[in-house]
Amino acid sequence: MKVHEYQAKEIFKKYGIPTPKEKMCQRVDEVIAASAELGLPCVIKAQVHVGGRGKAGGIKIAKTEQEVKEYAKQILSMEIKGLPVKKVLVSEAIAIASEAYLGIINDRTAKKTVMMACKEGGVEIEEVARKKPESIFKVYADPLVGLLPHKARQIGLFLYDDPKIAFACADITSKLYKMFIEMDSSLAEINPLVVTNSGELIALDAKINFDDNGLQRHPEIEAMRDRESEDENELMARECDLSYVKLDGNIGCVVNGAGLAMATMDLVKHFGGEPANFLDIGGSSSPQKVKNALEILLRDKNVQVIFFNIFGGITRCDDVANGILEAKKELNIKQPIVARLTGTNEDKAMEILKEAGLIFAESMDDGAKKAIELLK
Amino acid sequence: MSILVDKNTRLVVQGITGRDGSFHTGQMIKYGTSVVAGVTPGKGGMKVEGVPVFNSVDDAVKETDANTAVIFVPAKFAVSAIYESIDAGVKLIVCIAEGLPTIELVKITAFLKDKDCRLVGPNSPGIVSAGEAKVGILPGHIFKKGNVGVISRSGTLTYEIVDHITKAGLGQSTCIGIGGDPIIGTKFIDCLELFANDDDTEAVVVVGEIGGRDEQDTAEYVQKNFKKPVFGFIAGKTAPADKRMGHAGAIISGSSGTAAEKVRVFKECGIKVGETPAEVALLVKKTLS
Repeated sequence: MKVHEYQAKEIFKKYGIPTPKEKMCQRVDEVIAASAELGLPCVIKAQVHVGGRGKAGGIKIAKTEQEVKEYAKQILSMEIKGLPVKKVLVSEAIAIASEAYLGIINDRTAKKTVMMACKEGGVEIEEVARKKPESIFKVYADPLVGLLPHKARQIGLFLYDDPKIAFACADITSKLYKMFIEMDSSLAEINPLVVTNSGELIALDAKINFDDNGLQRHPEIEAMRDRESEDENELMARECDLSYVKLDGNIGCVVNGAGLAMATMDLVKHFGGEPANFLDIGGSSSPQKVKNALEILLRDKNVQVIFFNIFGGITRCDDVANGILEAKKELNIKQPIVARLTGTNEDKAMEILKEAGLIFAESMDDGAKKAIELLK
Repeated sequence: MSILVDKNTRLVVQGITGRDGSFHTGQMIKYGTSVVAGVTPGKGGMKVEGVPVFNSVDDAVKETDANTAVIFVPAKFAVSAIYESIDAGVKLIVCIAEGLPTIELVKITAFLKDKDCRLVGPNSPGIVSAGEAKVGILPGHIFKKGNVGVISRSGTLTYEIVDHITKAGLGQSTCIGIGGDPIIGTKFIDCLELFANDDDTEAVVVVGEIGGRDEQDTAEYVQKNFKKPVFGFIAGKTAPADKRMGHAGAIISGSSGTAAEKVRVFKECGIKVGETPAEVALLVKKTLS
């Protein structure tokens, strides 16, 4: 789960990581009031869940009251990569002496938490990792004792020659690590971490992603979810315990299991079709779940054919069949349905569906081909 | 021969009294697995499918000599269930439970380091050694005893590929679902090391997906160290970036972890890649016959 910069900075403050004086605003008049309070010039930053805000014109420095008004209006009515900007963060302008990068993730290969530092700030760290891996300094935390103080100092001393700033950085590094672990984060970045003209360290930007598997024990983080900036269908799916991602094609896919769901999309594409979505109905799916899945799928008006690809294990094909029947009755489905149901109770499923007007497929390949054929 | 589970497996089922635990206990017994004990704290003394239930894994191991544990408890109890089995001296733990926080796996992995115990999963569908034993939820009827090892990050996609292998007239030695989470106990390479010394395994199929760089590391390992033929399949060629595709580990971050990159590295390292699940089985058949 992602949170906005202003939310990430609230968390930073709780952990004692220095941030600029700032205020989150949703209306132009709030921005004007905030700028009066923070003083001019000030920075107005769009709060959206995508990178590249600056390049898209979502970050502006306003020097006059007139500019504050103008930029606030502009940013609060813009879309960045398809996402409408509904919130901005108004921040005091900081005189910057230098910028650096500080980040933390769980390294999948080493199976450890790793702190990463780079002397260049405002960078895309994965890009740097690919092009100039030697410029990233990494320190691994011991999973059982944590990030030891001397390890945090290594980060500080890598980034800064001035010991006073280096130790302040070590302190921020330790705090960031503590936050990361306690809050079940999956990524935390201070990008850039800046030294001000007066020699102080401050987190100019903040990014925190959270491990979805940790949300169960952090209701306070779940409560930070900005529902308006997430895809409505994906949210609905999550609430029904389904996993859905919209794509741009016209063949709606309903599959049990994430790997098979991806392989089904790929197969549709392989035979020349375009998948409309990723949809995993999970294991032990009840008829109700199948109905919910179809309801979400059909909110996408591009869907012209529905392709069920079920390999029954825990999932029972007869449950899926009953779900299809009920959904057909209640949702007035006009699109043709191609069904490939194999595994647990497939015979029962065939019996249930024999009068339902479905197109049956022998295999995954057969199903994908039939779905594509129907579009011609 | 086979790897990880076989006729010597003596299984304890953690969460045996739950809906999934009891159902799959029956299925595993039906397949021929020797399920010697179950554990649900507070329900010791009961029997499920004729299997005695204990209050702790420690009791179960002392009474029944269980050497392998399978975990069916809900996510929020699964972390402590893993530690309990490690402490009880079990040699292999297969965690079917999913939804465990990643940071807990970081700690568990470190805790396991100097112990004679292997964790498979979490979020694993289990392990089957065809004709020997089945630990987990994989449907037993699709397997046939044979010489192809299978390692996969997913569940139903594994069934699909195993089914194709069986229908192509081949069979499996052992099939391992390593789990779809970002940090897991046993990775592709760990399984390959075991398959390398297994006389019954003549070829291995690696079923990967988007996210991370495990497939790339595996490919490099295969090129340098693995003598038997390896075949691959990668799911998620059409997956968009920065979206979690069901599995917690299946996410392309930025431009790394894409299917295209993994397929490229597989091919570069001599792993034959099937474009579709059906094609993977055909490639294996062509090489083995």
